[in-house]
Amino acid sequence: MTLVFFWTDALVWLLVAMLGGFLFYVRGREHLRRPWRKILADPAAMASLTVLLAFGAIGVLDSLHFQFTDPQAENGNEPLSLLDVALTPLRSRDEKTYSAPLAWHSYSRETLGGNGVVLRDYPRLQYGGAQLADPENQWAGNVVLRGGLGLLGGLALWACGLGARVLFPSPRGRGVRGEGHLSSGSAVTLTALILCLLAGLLTGLASGYHPLGTDKVGQDVLYQSLKSIRTGLVIGTLTTLVMLPFALLLGMLAGYFRGLADDVIQYLYTTLNSIPGVLLIAAAILVTQVYMANHEEDFASLAARADLRLLFLCLILGLTSWTGLCRLLRAETLKLRDMEFVQAARALGVSDGMILLRHILPNVFHIVLISVALDFSSLVLAEAVLSYISIGVDPATHSWGNMINSARLELARDPVVWWPLASALVFMFTLVLAANLFADAVRDAFDPRRGGGT
Amino acid sequence: MIAYLLRRLLYAVPLLIGVNLLTFVLFFVVNSPEDMARMHLGQKHVTTEAIAKWKHERGYDLPLFWNEGQAGLEKLEKTIFFEKSVRLMRFDFGSSDSGRDIGADIGERLWPSLAISLPALLAGLLTNVTLALGVVFLRQTALEFTAMIGCVALMSVSPLFYIIGGQFLFARLLQLVPISGWDGGTDSFRFLILPVAISVVSGIGSGVRWYRTLFLEEVEKDYVRTARAKGLSEARVLFVHVLRNALIPILTGVVVVIPLLFMGSLLMESFFAIPGLGSYTIDAISRQDFAVVRAMVYLGSALYILGLLLTDISYTLVDPRVRLS
Repeated sequence: MTLVFFWTDALVWLLVAMLGGFLFYVRGREHLRRPWRKILADPAAMASLTVLLAFGAIGVLDSLHFQFTDPQAENGNEPLSLLDVALTPLRSRDEKTYSAPLAWHSYSRETLGGNGVVLRDYPRLQYGGAQLADPENQWAGNVVLRGGLGLLGGLALWACGLGARVLFPSPRGRGVRGEGHLSSGSAVTLTALILCLLAGLLTGLASGYHPLGTDKVGQDVLYQSLKSIRTGLVIGTLTTLVMLPFALLLGMLAGYFRGLADDVIQYLYTTLNSIPGVLLIAAAILVTQVYMANHEEDFASLAARADLRLLFLCLILGLTSWTGLCRLLRAETLKLRDMEFVQAARALGVSDGMILLRHILPNVFHIVLISVALDFSSLVLAEAVLSYISIGVDPATHSWGNMINSARLELARDPVVWWPLASALVFMFTLVLAANLFADAVRDAFDPRRGGGT
Repeated sequence: MIAYLLRRLLYAVPLLIGVNLLTFVLFFVVNSPEDMARMHLGQKHVTTEAIAKWKHERGYDLPLFWNEGQAGLEKLEKTIFFEKSVRLMRFDFGSSDSGRDIGADIGERLWPSLAISLPALLAGLLTNVTLALGVVFLRQTALEFTAMIGCVALMSVSPLFYIIGGQFLFARLLQLVPISGWDGGTDSFRFLILPVAISVVSGIGSGVRWYRTLFLEEVEKDYVRTARAKGLSEARVLFVHVLRNALIPILTGVVVVIPLLFMGSLLMESFFAIPGLGSYTIDAISRQDFAVVRAMVYLGSALYILGLLLTDISYTLVDPRVRLS
């Protein structure tokens, strides 16, 4: 068993490290902590942060891949992530084709060869409800039992977490009370309760069934939805990582030096901006497709290939989306460069680079933070649309876009196959809603023009 | 004014050249025509003659920038860059990789795109502005809070869901409108209702939030207080005074997108099988027809630059304080 690092894995861990570093940096500085305290006191923001952290934890678990050298391993040589290992039963229990959520029989009728009697009926599933001897009568009771046990488990998990918090309270005072009816602490507790109960329920049901059904090739839809989380998060965050250096450097340079540099940079981003985003992405993806088709030997495995395509998508999205932030940063830098403190620094003989780094950068950072938070959700939504137009992630990558894409044909079936579509949409909606609410809170807390006093 | 317009028009030229260069680099330098031929003809068992034939038919067998074999100006003209990119500057799109005339295709497919995107824009604008004014009218009440939460929720739903869900509910289950399709005549109305309605609904979340911030900025101003002090009703203050003054940012926001309406909507047109430019682009992407994608990239950029120009003009028309110089 060896550790395998895909490109996006490495970048995800880099991002986690950067986030940690940022938090550590903020901890020691009171003026930076003030807006965060405002966010901590906002129940809606804290509830959505809890959801985001849950999604993030799943994404990070899914970003640590191992190569199992065990030749007995059931799926050959493809590397598995920690999440794959944790979800082994879901991952490996494939049925033949579609089956409805919690079903014990297949979606379509098959000819069951009896002794001379030809019978067309729904065959039993290989795994879903296999424990039932008499499914017609036992099914409902068994589902309630497993679901109930799962709920109890979830409740116990939540109680453990709560107990730990009561036993080991954080050194600084807890429970910052917001102006609403609900303190942010209880909002977190409540969200955690809901998440724990949901996780418990799904785990309980997954022990004997496919809680969200199976897809065309019989793969568990819950497993796919969970795997898609990483794709969504990677697109939402790595794109930002790609975009930031361009936007920061060019925006600040244009605003600070004005003149020729400003003209060139403005020309650059107006040109890029005037190409419709989707078309530029489509063109770039087409080009990478040709490149990858002609250089097949460079990609070790299917997974590595899919991973590189994901990385390319992030790069392309990043290269097409830095213009908006760049323009904002330029405008802000133009304003800052004439302020007294910058003039004073210049009069004291501080070099331009130092002024940009020590005096301008910290003062434009709130703009970066706000726009990163606001962009995240639109990037997650964009992934689905791009995958639908077949210029998104690799078809082999689990993503909500790919799930929705295949749902077009599924809705035309009779009876309707609605569960893959519904699961993808619910998961995506939860993530994007949480991200939107959190982004609003970040904007309110950091934007100096918005309600300074409140 | 005319001098200003001329200057803006001249500024559009380097932008178009930049776009042109960028697309050229993307399509011909990063991947050689050889790669494209291999992609189209299949990866293996391709004879060099087949590749040469494919390239010759599409005019991709010329040198990129400089043709040594020719004499005089021909050295520049008989190159891929001149044939494919400089022609684009004159909006001469040439023919697609499958041999059709792109310019004629675009002229034909423009109208269905417009038939869906123009009503969608107008209806969306009307709905969003009305709803946003309503929300501002109810500001600082529980109703406003609920409406804003609703907007965030609407924004968080994938646009794909609106289309798939709307199509499924209204066309398949209720059978009120046809699922998809297009009819050239006046009968096309029934094909248009659902796509237009869906694009209005999917835009409500972000639209109402945006217009609300515009109105809230106006509401704080002095003339509004004066109007109230004179005893005007709140409704009259909002719908007459605030709306008129907020029209400036609203209008300029809309003018930018007007030229882009010709490009149609990628998603709507492909879901509803409308033969417009959006579905043309999608088809080209999935057929990997580089000539069409290149033409559409260029057309889209040109229309966007036109939109910027129109925005500047519209500023002077609606706001007498703005003088262009």
